[in-house]
Amino acid sequence: MPTRQTSKYVVVKEYNEPIEAPDISFKSWLRWIWKQVTSMKLAIILLLLLAAAAIPGSIFPQRSADPNGVTLYFRNNPTSAPVLDKLQLFDVYSSSWFSSIYLLLFISLIGCVLPRVGVHYKALRAEPPLAPTNLARLPEYKKIETTNSIDVAVQYLKSKRYKVIATKKDIRAEKGYLRETGNLIFHISLIGVLISVGLGSALSFSGQRVLVEGETFVNNEASYDSLSPGLLYKTSDLTPFSLHLDSFWTKYDLLNPTNYGIPIDFTATVTSKLPSGKPQKSDIKVNQPLIMPNAKVYLTGNGFAPVLEIKDPDGAISFSGPVVFLPQDKNLTSLGVIKVPDAKKQFGMAAFFYPTVGRLSTGALTSVYPYPVDPVLTMNVFEGNLGLESGLNSNAFELNTHAMKQIAGGKSGTKALQLLPGDSATLPDNLGTVKFVGFKRFASLDITYNPGEIWVLLFAILVLLGLIMMLITPRRRIWIRKTTTGIEIGALAKSRDEMLGKIVKELAKQLKKKIK
Amino acid sequence: MNSLVTLNPQLATLSRIIVIVALTIYSVSFLILTWALTLKAGAKKQTTPLAVKLDKLGLGLMWFGVIIHFIGVLTRGIAAQRVPWANMYEFSITGSFVVTFIYLVALFWKDVKFIATFVSGFVVLIIGTANTLYFVQVESLMPALQDYWLVIHVSVAILATAFFMIAAALAGILILKTTKRFKKMNVLKVFPNEEKLERFSYQFNIIGFILWSFTLIAGAIWADKAWHRFWGWDTKEVWTFIIWTIYAAYLHATTTRGWEGRKAAWLTLIGFAAILFNFTIVNLYFKGLHVYSGL
Ligand code: HEM
Repeated sequence: MPTRQTSKYVVVKEYNEPIEAPDISFKSWLRWIWKQVTSMKLAIILLLLLAAAAIPGSIFPQRSADPNGVTLYFRNNPTSAPVLDKLQLFDVYSSSWFSSIYLLLFISLIGCVLPRVGVHYKALRAEPPLAPTNLARLPEYKKIETTNSIDVAVQYLKSKRYKVIATKKDIRAEKGYLRETGNLIFHISLIGVLISVGLGSALSFSGQRVLVEGETFVNNEASYDSLSPGLLYKTSDLTPFSLHLDSFWTKYDLLNPTNYGIPIDFTATVTSKLPSGKPQKSDIKVNQPLIMPNAKVYLTGNGFAPVLEIKDPDGAISFSGPVVFLPQDKNLTSLGVIKVPDAKKQFGMAAFFYPTVGRLSTGALTSVYPYPVDPVLTMNVFEGNLGLESGLNSNAFELNTHAMKQIAGGKSGTKALQLLPGDSATLPDNLGTVKFVGFKRFASLDITYNPGEIWVLLFAILVLLGLIMMLITPRRRIWIRKTTTGIEIGALAKSRDEMLGKIVKELAKQLKKKIK
Repeated sequence: MNSLVTLNPQLATLSRIIVIVALTIYSVSFLILTWALTLKAGAKKQTTPLAVKLDKLGLGLMWFGVIIHFIGVLTRGIAAQRVPWANMYEFSITGSFVVTFIYLVALFWKDVKFIATFVSGFVVLIIGTANTLYFVQVESLMPALQDYWLVIHVSVAILATAFFMIAAALAGILILKTTKRFKKMNVLKVFPNEEKLERFSYQFNIIGFILWSFTLIAGAIWADKAWHRFWGWDTKEVWTFIIWTIYAAYLHATTTRGWEGRKAAWLTLIGFAAILFNFTIVNLYFKGLHVYSGL
């Protein structure tokens, strides 16, 4: 059986012809290849399975990338969603089936590559293998009639950087060891990528923080709005730097009628300070994070934070400061919630901020432009228990009005408050006054750290280098033999190698012409 | 980047007209090449003198088309004041230019004249679709796209696609030639033997694969800058990965007994189908961070 399995060193047209195994080394080589071939099939199938298994992750929303999409999917497909969830279709890339495919692939890869390292190491030191008995069966073969010696070929092959072993009667030559070297670097680096990705994500953290102009963030666990550390990350490891948002500004295109008003640049100017260092000013932009020790600070969003001052009827300040409003559309119509638990009578407000106010045909207000040309703040007021102690209204962006009574806006009979910057208004029901002092910008920041990143990059570059090395290096074996009537040349290549024929022709020419 | 630029919609309109002129030239070239192909298929011998002349004319027209096409792409870039590959329309016109150009240059290096008909046909299809379905006026870039990685990542992806496209055409012919039902067709005699088709296809695929690997890595570096993680299984990332994996399977197949030849050729076609899918359906209908089809 093994003798009928021709090696992949033989190009396609030769496949159906039996190749004799002329001696032990050739035979063992074949056997070695045969083993490779059997596991290569598995590799192909696993690679294709992996490709197929990745597809559902692009069809169904994924928890990791798009949690809101998943929530929405559950809402829209209440019957099918739980079933899909059971099948881990919302967590494809951490699912048991996806993981088992790639783990199997990598086990196969390790099992396949490690032995080859040893084999290749030996091959690098070994002599080119003995010639097969019948050179004519090799993919490239030429017979010339000459009485010349075969010495010329030695020089020629050496000048072409073949490894050459020559006797009076025959020459064995081989080149292109870099092909296998590259191949091994490539495959081993793939394992490196996988390990770096895995370890990296375990040792990583990522957190979010919304920062209003003038505010300072200190890098410790308590300062984050949300923080998700990796399995092995300790939040006590956070480097305690501080970050002050000096200003935030957006540049709009006001030049080109085709995209008038489109934002073309966001810049957060910050002052950062390490415990031992001097304050340092820098800009954070969309493609330009701020690099801090063990943390990168990214700009991910922005919006307005109207500044309010609320006083009780007796003049005592019950609320004062900027409130982060969430943008609702591209013109930054923004929604915010103000809770005033410290007032004489607890109340809350659901407010809208319009950077440039306009009116829809329905009469409702909307923002028509993201830049604050004509800013307006409107507020609906709700009176009653905010329920902060019971955790009812713990979300800063939501006002649960179940236990509250609306006293301005909506169907309350009193119009919603509508203020321009600097305006004050009296709150209904003797709640006091509210002043719209002005507004600031806020920046949403992502702060992340992943120590595996640099290793992933390193191994990825090695993958690429190994790949290039393997794909551009042809591996060739050439045998030359003196016979009674002339010289025979046979050649074999490891890949589809169209130069092989030309090389043999050139060798034949060299061997023929040099008559001493 | 990040600076305010003056867009030039008039020039963009001119660019569109120039691209349509190129499209017309390619269409004529396609018809002539198809005519030559039918002549060759009908002939007893490999070629006829007329077919040879028509082939020359067809390829000459392709060269002419590609020069005009280049001017069209260039003026689009000038009109937009940036690289002309930031939305579907621009990917299409730049991509089809690169495909044609790479193909014509490859002719100096490999005798792959015999797929000229396919290349011109493919390019006509792409530009035609781009012009009717994807055209948008020049717009400024959203901030996430304003980065030199846009230049690197996307241009290499387009280049990779060009090589994969040529490999896929060769693989397609190989499959037809080895299918019982079609084997007898005269047209197929025009094309070189299977060994040659397989070898050429492999050579274009490996260049494509190296470029695609680079695209993937460059994309991850850019994602790390723009989206604060180097990999997040965004739909576009998923498909880049899928394509890469299919071609990795293909490369193994070419050296695996029982998988070379037809099976490997099928994998080439599947890989290229995934590329087209990624470019059309995924861009237009799938949700993700790569929301810049511009439509
Ligand atoms: C993570 C999965 C893998 C990827 C992405 C991958 C990728 C590649 C690529 C791109 C080549 C180049 C083929 C060529 O020379 O044209 C290659 C070659 C090779 N791979 Fe893999 N591979 C993977 C897993 C495996 C596994 C599991 C095995 C073991 C069975 C394997 C064994 C080989 C061998 C022996 C070659 C050399 C083929 C030759 O040039 O003769 N690979 N691989």
